Amino acid sequence: MSLITRRRLITTGLATAAGVSGLGVAAKLSRKYGLVPPDCKGVYGAGETLTYAAQRLLIGNAMAREFPRSMISEKPFANPIAPPKEAFKQMQARGFVDWKLTVDGMVEHPMTLSLADLKTLPVHSQITEVSCEEGWSYIAEWIGTPLSGVLNAAGLKPGANYIVYSSIEPDSWDSLDISEAMHPQTLLAMGMNDGDLPVGFGGPLRMRVPRQLGYKNVKFINHITATDSMKHFGKGLGSVNPEYGYAWFAGI
Amino acid sequence: MPTLSPVREKTAARHAVIVRVTHWLTVVAFVALVVTGLCIVISHPRFYWGETGNVNMKPAFTLPIPASRGSVPTAYKFEMPDENGWSRYLHFEAAWLLVLTAIVYGAWGLVSGHFRRNIYPARGERSWGAIWARMNKYLRREAPGKEEEKSYNVLQRVAYLAVIFVLFPAIILTGLAMSPSFVGAFPVIALVAGGKQTARTLHFFLTWALVIFLVVHVVMIAISGFWRRMRAMTIGGGSAAEEDR
Repeated sequence: MSLITRRRLITTGLATAAGVSGLGVAAKLSRKYGLVPPDCKGVYGAGETLTYAAQRLLIGNAMAREFPRSMISEKPFANPIAPPKEAFKQMQARGFVDWKLTVDGMVEHPMTLSLADLKTLPVHSQITEVSCEEGWSYIAEWIGTPLSGVLNAAGLKPGANYIVYSSIEPDSWDSLDISEAMHPQTLLAMGMNDGDLPVGFGGPLRMRVPRQLGYKNVKFINHITATDSMKHFGKGLGSVNPEYGYAWFAGI
Repeated sequence: MPTLSPVREKTAARHAVIVRVTHWLTVVAFVALVVTGLCIVISHPRFYWGETGNVNMKPAFTLPIPASRGSVPTAYKFEMPDENGWSRYLHFEAAWLLVLTAIVYGAWGLVSGHFRRNIYPARGERSWGAIWARMNKYLRREAPGKEEEKSYNVLQRVAYLAVIFVLFPAIILTGLAMSPSFVGAFPVIALVAGGKQTARTLHFFLTWALVIFLVVHVVMIAISGFWRRMRAMTIGGGSAAEEDR
């Protein structure tokens, strides 16, 4: 008898463990409270969903660690980038005066902002660490304007659940849930270590998401879209990364 | 009732059902974690102490293997296959299996008295002398005494204590210390670990400590009767009657 009871106990425990994405009721509740990531399906979906849900419930809006100026890395490392296209080079030659950031989708006031426009918005600077999924990291000062300010100016419509952001580079885009997008440290970065953001580090405009891994920090941002669902973006996994095995939620 | 006694002995399992189930779940999770962990490590086979570390910084040590990413300079002219994608997904999923299994086993071990009775060294054996005495017995290749048929000896207990209460918790905490959002909410974990890169380096050493335990564990099982021990850890059994083959 006691053996059967123990077995049942274990089975129940495991079902709960593996089941957040699988069990009907749990799935519905989790979806309602935004605990299910877009890449919740497939073999690894259960693990991803557990990670995302646990992080959102445990960590909420906690701040990424900020460091003293003395800890800024002397030689930060920039992942190699593809050679810029001709159009990019021309804009670079003109000092990016004609760089445009389009904000559209589920917003009351779609808008297009130049770097000069973005620089009139409140400036925020943070000394935070960039952590690459490969294992390396560096600390730098990032200067820009919080994404939340731009989204508030555009006026998010009710039902907007994700902010999709894309690069001028093809196939380089990602998305954040609203809580990460509105987080005070999520930054449209234009400067780094007291200077303009170098092209190698994503200049003139990079999404800085210090609570997630490096690959969420898409370089050369020129488009932001608010949406209710990730279904119609790429393969519906929230970003291009999950197609290659990299989790949409990179806060781990 | 002279006939009942041997029958009872034959069916008395050496390991509780929950021990057997959590043991094998841990095996599955651990194998997945080691394989995927190595896949992840080869994308940057350099290790650092402190908070930050990258190819522009001097590493504490470098593994003598090619990397799976071109951005890491190595002494080799070729790159290993890059398996970081699925490896990361599986690593964290297996970590969940490990943690949830640990919660079930840990809670049961405390409540049932399993840790107190079977893992914590018995009253007369909490001394270096007792550990030394048992070690000598191993070295002289003496057969285990009757008292070890139903219970672990002091060396086994110390090894299991270290694995259950030191190595696994430490490897989980150093793993969490690498999570950018987790250390944001609980910075103490990064402080205790000594920084993100130190946590990564310790995570790597702890893996080897656990792998060495695994190798010794399996060798000991093989020496003491592989199939009998496997039966004891799967379908049960392992009573005194069976050990007298």
